[in-house]
Amino acid sequence: MDFEIPDELYYTSDDEWVHAEDDFVTMGVTDFAQQQLGDIVYVELPTVGDQLESGAAFGVIESVKAVSDLSTPIAGEVAAINEELVDQPEIINEECYGAGWIIKIKPSDVEEIESLLDADSYRKIVSKRSV
Amino acid sequence: MSALKRTPLYDIQRSLGARMVEFGGFELPVQYTSIRAEHRAVREAAGLFDASHMGQIEFEGSEAIAAADRLFSRSLVDLEPGRVRYGLLCNEKGGVVDDITCYRVAEASAFWCVNASNIEKDQRWILDRVASPIGVRNASDKTGLLALQGPASAAILAKLGSPDATALRRFRFARMEVSGRPALVSRTGYTGADGFEIYLSSGDLPQVFEALLDEGAPSGLLPAGLGARDTLRLEAALPLYGHELDDDTSPLAAGLERFLDLEGHRFVGADAIARDRDAGLESRLVGFALEERGVARAGSAVVLAGKTIGRVTSGGPSPTLGKSIGLAYVPAEVAQSGSGFQVVVRDRTLRARVVDTPFV
Repeated sequence: MDFEIPDELYYTSDDEWVHAEDDFVTMGVTDFAQQQLGDIVYVELPTVGDQLESGAAFGVIESVKAVSDLSTPIAGEVAAINEELVDQPEIINEECYGAGWIIKIKPSDVEEIESLLDADSYRKIVSKRSV
Repeated sequence: MSALKRTPLYDIQRSLGARMVEFGGFELPVQYTSIRAEHRAVREAAGLFDASHMGQIEFEGSEAIAAADRLFSRSLVDLEPGRVRYGLLCNEKGGVVDDITCYRVAEASAFWCVNASNIEKDQRWILDRVASPIGVRNASDKTGLLALQGPASAAILAKLGSPDATALRRFRFARMEVSGRPALVSRTGYTGADGFEIYLSSGDLPQVFEALLDEGAPSGLLPAGLGARDTLRLEAALPLYGHELDDDTSPLAAGLERFLDLEGHRFVGADAIARDRDAGLESRLVGFALEERGVARAGSAVVLAGKTIGRVTSGGPSPTLGKSIGLAYVPAEVAQSGSGFQVVVRDRTLRARVVDTPFV
C-alpha cells in the first residue's frame, strides 16, 4: 500500500502529524493512520481553552471497526478544534493533511516540536510496519 | 499460540488488497476497500464473502441422524431433504453450545454448519453424547463456503450457469453446478439480505470465487470482509456466538424462542430451558439506538439512574441508518420498545433507546 507522507510536516510514532505555524501548531492523523482505521465515523474533540500536557490523550477517533486515542506530543492550550469533523468525520479519510486537521494548539514551548520525527524518520517506521 | 489457519483464497484476497485479521483461528479479510462500501454493495447490489472458516459436521446413516436430532433444538427428523433449519445446540444447563444451520441432504444424510471458533468444542460435545461415533464426521477442512449476498445475487448466479438458484425459496438448497464446479447452493445468509451460501470442495474455491467476482462486477458486486459481515448482521440483529450467545446464556433471554421446539421434541437442554421459561426471564436481549453522537461497543455498560443494569454485547455504526446501534442484555422491565437507558462509552454517558429489531 502507498502512504502519503509530506516532507514539510513533523510526525509522531503514534501516526499523528504536526504542522508548525507562527503562533500555534496544527495536528491531525497521517495517511497511514486513516488507511489503517478505515471508514471514520466519529471524532471526540476537546474544548477550546483546554490545557494539554505533552503526551496527554485529548480525544478519540472511531472507525467502523476500531477505536484509537488521540494524544498530543506538544504541551499547550487548545486554540481551535475542527468543528467540521463533528458532522463529517469522513473528511479525515478524504483529506487527512488538509481539511481533515483535528486541533490547533498554542504551544507552551515551541522548541518541543524539534523533538518530533521528520518525514524520513517516520517513513522508516511506517515501512517496517506495513509488511 | 498455534499458527492461524488460512483458507484457499488467502493469496487472492491479499492480491485484492485485503487487510487480514484473526477470527475463529483463521486469518481472514476484515475489509478489501472500505467496510461502508462493502456494506452498501450488499444492501444495494451484491457482496461476496469467504466463509470457509465455518465448520461442517456431517451425519450419515439413520443412527447418526437420530443422534443429531436429539442434540438439535428443532426437529431434524421432520426436516424434509432440501431444507435448512437454523437452531441451537444447548447444554444440560440450558445454555448455548453453538448456533448452527442444519441441512437435510437426504433421508439418511444431514450436515450442520457451525461457527469456526466452536468446531472442536462442538465435535467433543457431540461425541460425548452419542452412543457411537460412526457416521459423524468433521468435514470442515475439505469444505469451502462462499456467501453471495445482496439483491443482485440470483441474477449473478444465473449468469454463471446456475439458473436453478433463482427458483430456490428461502431456507431451501439444491445441488447444482456453479461456474462448472459441483456445489450445494442454499438460499440463506447472515446479512439480512437475499442471497446464497455456496458449499464447494475447498479445491474449487479459487476458481469459483474469481468467476463470481468477474461476473458480478458489472452488477456492482464487491468482495466483502468480516467488517461488513459484522455491520450487516448487526443491522439484521442476528446473534454472533461469543457475543450474544455463550455456554451460560439462555436462548430465551436471547429472544430465540422460535428456534426451540420445546413441545414434542426431546433435545439436550430442553428440560432446563423449559424450567427457565416457567420461572420467567430476568434479562432480555434488546436492540437499541444511541440518541447522541458516539459509538457503543461490545462490553460497554448499560446504566439507569446511576446503576449498572446490563451490558452491550455488540455495537457499532449502522451504515444504512447513519446512527449507532447495538444489542444489549437489560432487565426485562426496561426491554420494551421505547424504553430509555444510558450506555457508558469511555468517560461519556450516552442516551439510548430500545428499538424494534431487525434494525433495517
